[in-house]
Amino acid sequence: MFGYYLNLALRSFKRNRVLTALMVLAIALGIGACMTTLTVFRVLSGDPIPGKSGQLFYVQLAAESMQGYIPGEEPNEQLTRTDAETLLREKRGDRQALMTGGGVSVSPESADVPPFIADSRYASADFFPMFDVPFLHGNGWSAGDDETRARVVVISKTLNDRVFGGGNSVGKTLRLDQSDFTVIGVIEEWRPTPRFYDLNSDRYGELESVFLPFSTSRDLKMGRSGNMNCWGDSRGDETALNVPCAWIQYWVELDSSAKRDAYLNYLTNYSEQQRAAGRFERPTNVRLRSVMEWLDFNRVVPNDVVMQLWLGLGFLLVCLLNTVGLLLAKFLRRSGEIGVRRALGASRAEIFKQCLVEAGAIGLAGGLLGLGLSLLGLWAVRQQPASYAELAHLDLGMLLTTFVLSIAASLLAGMLPAWRAMQVAPAIQLKSQ
Amino acid sequence: MLDMRQVAKVYRTELVETHALRSLDLHVGEGEFVAVTGPSGSGKTTFLNIAGLLETFTGGEYLLDGVNVKGLNDNQRSRLRNEKIGFIFQGFNLIPDLNLFDNCDVPLRYRGMPANERRIRIEEALSQVGLGSRLKHYPAELSGGQQQRAAIARALAGSPRLLLADEPTGNLDSQMARSVMELLEDINSRGTTIVMVTHDPELAARAQRNVHIVDGMATDLSVSPGLARAAHASAVEADAEA
Repeated sequence: MFGYYLNLALRSFKRNRVLTALMVLAIALGIGACMTTLTVFRVLSGDPIPGKSGQLFYVQLAAESMQGYIPGEEPNEQLTRTDAETLLREKRGDRQALMTGGGVSVSPESADVPPFIADSRYASADFFPMFDVPFLHGNGWSAGDDETRARVVVISKTLNDRVFGGGNSVGKTLRLDQSDFTVIGVIEEWRPTPRFYDLNSDRYGELESVFLPFSTSRDLKMGRSGNMNCWGDSRGDETALNVPCAWIQYWVELDSSAKRDAYLNYLTNYSEQQRAAGRFERPTNVRLRSVMEWLDFNRVVPNDVVMQLWLGLGFLLVCLLNTVGLLLAKFLRRSGEIGVRRALGASRAEIFKQCLVEAGAIGLAGGLLGLGLSLLGLWAVRQQPASYAELAHLDLGMLLTTFVLSIAASLLAGMLPAWRAMQVAPAIQLKSQ
Repeated sequence: MLDMRQVAKVYRTELVETHALRSLDLHVGEGEFVAVTGPSGSGKTTFLNIAGLLETFTGGEYLLDGVNVKGLNDNQRSRLRNEKIGFIFQGFNLIPDLNLFDNCDVPLRYRGMPANERRIRIEEALSQVGLGSRLKHYPAELSGGQQQRAAIARALAGSPRLLLADEPTGNLDSQMARSVMELLEDINSRGTTIVMVTHDPELAARAQRNVHIVDGMATDLSVSPGLARAAHASAVEADAEA
């Protein structure tokens, strides 16, 4: 009967072109607005490292002094260099990495390419395997390179194209901040969104161009960027060891909840030891958050995007209410036909199904038009100056969601009108015709 | 075929109770052609709606082709209506957006019949009423008589055991009315039971048996000649008023 009902729906559309067009437009506008905002929201709130986000944990310790202490407040969002290097040395996780952002001057050998400043990340060796960084050529560095402060560098594909004209540049020399580095790896296109491993810088920005060992960066006193929280005398060098400044992000990989619990215990014990030694003054307060927990904690999705999503959903609701009214008018105007069909053997359920198929067909048409409006809306989003704007693209999943949402919304809108239509008393309709 | 015992129908509102049928007894045998007459408001239409399972009744018992319809749910009533009953209405009640073929197709669709069988039945039914060459015509393209014949074809396509006709010639001129009546007689002669509600005493006289409904109660005029004369007089009066 589905094909029959679909055929009847198409006939009905031809008969009431204006009314049908209004309903399709109402659904399309609602879907267009909703999918545009939903796509942006999904891009910004998605899992940046699917399959592994539950195994990666961000470490926080309360290393500050008692000055300004408020009971119950969150510990510092970053670690001191002393704590980060101690945790790294003790290797209690499956993998662990400390890191911070920075900027370096790049001086290409080729005279055709002028020197420029590039975003950089100073990290320890596990950064690459821990975050599943894909390589186009070569690999990351080893823990040995960390220890020897090796002059090795991993570069992004963009930088490789710019400086070396593409190709395998592993083994070539790259001059950074007046020091020569050997290229040991080129990263494939990779853009975790949001850039979860460091939420202190541009959360939706592009991947850094240069990656080199943290120890090397300190040895060469390379410029760093990002937040820093100091609570004591830094003696003129906030990035030195044993200085009361928190500026390092620390991630650990733990592949089971038992290991997570054990690591949390380890952090608690470590914190207690530091308190006993007089380094930590505040009550022990440690955190170990998974990637998604960390993103939630940092409210990584901008407030205006969340508000736009609610506005989009609200607009869809308004459009649906309009569609309910239009469908009600359409179905009840056909009360006579419904009466005849009932007399000829249609049960109430069949009338209900017929009406729902018609509503679903309107939803499908609305979905098609709504898809066009969504693409237009996303194009408009991409023209905005926000760093996440360029990420606003409709993928296959959202494309299917558009149709599913559109048909589901129209079926929902069609429920009440269809229910009213099936309640039509045939005897009255037949006599009044 | 149709057996009503003490059937009652009461319409209730907050303020008033209206007894449309009171203890109506009626038995229509297989293959009979029964005319139902009565003044306006006597309960004829209510009787027909209950007989056609379009309305429920509040008291009594109704057996359709041996099936007690009381307590059947909507699906069961719809199925029984679809398989056993054909309707012919005064206003034809063809669906204006469907051509004659598709109009006749409606009851067969709900029966879940295969496409080929539906096509054969529809073509046969429309041929039987003389509209075999107008399968693709829409109701608006036909005269009143042709529309009523199309409605009859729609009823016949489902091979109903019982044909319920509500003033089938009420909207037709006398020549067309005669033609439709002859068609009904022909259908009846092939074994289909017909119950026809009419105001027209001439049409009623052509039925095998007349039942008169007054104040929601039925009287079989074939066994009450005095009432037959009175019914005839009231029908003539009603006609004159119309």
